[in-house]
Amino acid sequence: MKTYENTGSKDTRSGFGAGMTELGRTNPNVVSLCADLIGSLKIQTFIDENPERFFQIGIAEANMMGIAAGLTIGGKIPFTGTFANFSTGRVYDQIRQSIAYSDKNVKICASHAGLTLGEDGATHQILEDIGLMKMLPGMTVINTCDYNQTKAATIALADHVGPVYLRFGRPVVANFTPEDQKFEIGKAVQLQEGNDVTIVATGHLVWEALEACKVLNEKGITADVINIHTIKPLDAEAIIKSVKKTGCVVTAEEHNFLGGLGESVARELSLTHPVPQEYVATADTFGESGTPAQLMEKYGLNADAIVKAVEKVVARK
Amino acid sequence: MADIEKLEAFVTQVRRDIVRQVHKVSSGHPGGSLGCAEFISVLYQELMERKEGFDMDGIGEDLFFLSNGHISPVFYSVLARSGYFPVEELNTFRLLNSRLQGHPTTHEGLPGVRIASGSLGQGLSVAVGAAQAKKLNKDNHTIYTLMGDGELQEGQNWEAIMYASAKKVDNIIATVDLNGQQIDGSTDHVLNMGSVRAKFEAFGWIVLDIEQGNDVEAIVKGMNQAKDLSGNGKPVCVLLHTIMGNGVDFMMGTHAWHGKAPNDEQLASALAQNPETLGDY
Repeated sequence: MKTYENTGSKDTRSGFGAGMTELGRTNPNVVSLCADLIGSLKIQTFIDENPERFFQIGIAEANMMGIAAGLTIGGKIPFTGTFANFSTGRVYDQIRQSIAYSDKNVKICASHAGLTLGEDGATHQILEDIGLMKMLPGMTVINTCDYNQTKAATIALADHVGPVYLRFGRPVVANFTPEDQKFEIGKAVQLQEGNDVTIVATGHLVWEALEACKVLNEKGITADVINIHTIKPLDAEAIIKSVKKTGCVVTAEEHNFLGGLGESVARELSLTHPVPQEYVATADTFGESGTPAQLMEKYGLNADAIVKAVEKVVARK
Repeated sequence: MADIEKLEAFVTQVRRDIVRQVHKVSSGHPGGSLGCAEFISVLYQELMERKEGFDMDGIGEDLFFLSNGHISPVFYSVLARSGYFPVEELNTFRLLNSRLQGHPTTHEGLPGVRIASGSLGQGLSVAVGAAQAKKLNKDNHTIYTLMGDGELQEGQNWEAIMYASAKKVDNIIATVDLNGQQIDGSTDHVLNMGSVRAKFEAFGWIVLDIEQGNDVEAIVKGMNQAKDLSGNGKPVCVLLHTIMGNGVDFMMGTHAWHGKAPNDEQLASALAQNPETLGDY
């Protein structure tokens, strides 16, 4: 089993901010838009260094999506920034018509996704955004796991032509992916190799999957752990290759089990290699106020929950 | 000087194209299309500085965005007759595998279209973004956009209207087709909007009325005035007073023809009122 070291906990949104800072220095076509959440999105350095390439839209997310679409006409690469809830559900039709159906090169960058937004509660804790966005034809959907990966993904988006939804979060979490790891859209990252189960995790649940692996190892269960940062297009090949070996799968995500990573994995496997699957995800419910750790515990989205799901799925083989 | 007779002849042919497209597939929106035939014709044939061919970025030329996408028949006719795609393609309007979808889209690669529209209230935001891209590119050209008056009931417009003046987006001329009609009846009846002029002015726009919105000469004059008023730190709004269904007597001034196609007899009457000028497709 490989050992992953937390090189210093940070929030993924700061990874986004750092990525934007770098893009500001390296790509003159990158522009940043924000709907009154500069501090939350960590883009102050980009703004300070490129004031003419920053657009403060105000609390008007629908207008932000339209303006972003318009900015692409003229060769700009707009990165919109607000919370995940206001980046998706609130502006779904604007994204659908003016961005996705219009084939616009807009990067929709969404912070504070999922339960780990914490105390603000369910109005802000979107658990449906992956589903909403992956259903849009042509939309790429990415959910990064730590600071380094979020920074790398942000930088990679500028070179990818087409609309992308980039999802990250608020809390400080372990930073463990290599700083110099190149971000390849649509390419799974294998973190652990084992024989008994495949754990496919995305976002904050990737670190939890690694923690779960340690516990499972003590119980004599070895796991393939796959970091799926890109939910669409899904690296089905990597997942199928793994389950052919292990014969079962656990998917783990900070999202509703309806519409999320788990469903995407189930669809692929059902077509070519159906195996028992367990879902670590929220069970068609809204969230509530609480600390991130309390919420992940209550809604079953941590290492303990992954261990239980693995034991269940292995027994079903 | 604009050649008014030539523009009028162009408009007459566009009217024929509109009713023929809609008649062929027994669907589409002739009323609003006819009401804006003069305006969109004048834009493309007289006012806009356009480059040869089509590229999506449109750097170095004026751009037009249609927000009320349901008036696609007039948009398609003017685009085809302005050289963006073969006029014969109007035959494929709303048919399977066509680039001329019911509502305009970039998705099928139709030259001349830069954004999908149909779901109302989104075009102005896109146009504002394109105007800001022009400023970033130091491209001294104008963004034109057209929206319906009923469409102003969509809230996103007011976000864009507030934003454009606050950010001094003064290279945009946004036109409202003020025909007073929407699907369920008159705009006053469905949802009275009060004074559209007062609202735009309160939001910091320069507002100009074109009272004779179906008169080619008045449109040329009014839009040139609008152009002169642009570039002064404020966005410009043109209130274009039009008659829905203009140019086809039985379609005029009523919302009944908003989304209804003429039958064979009605088509014959409409065509008789608008004799062929540039050749039918």
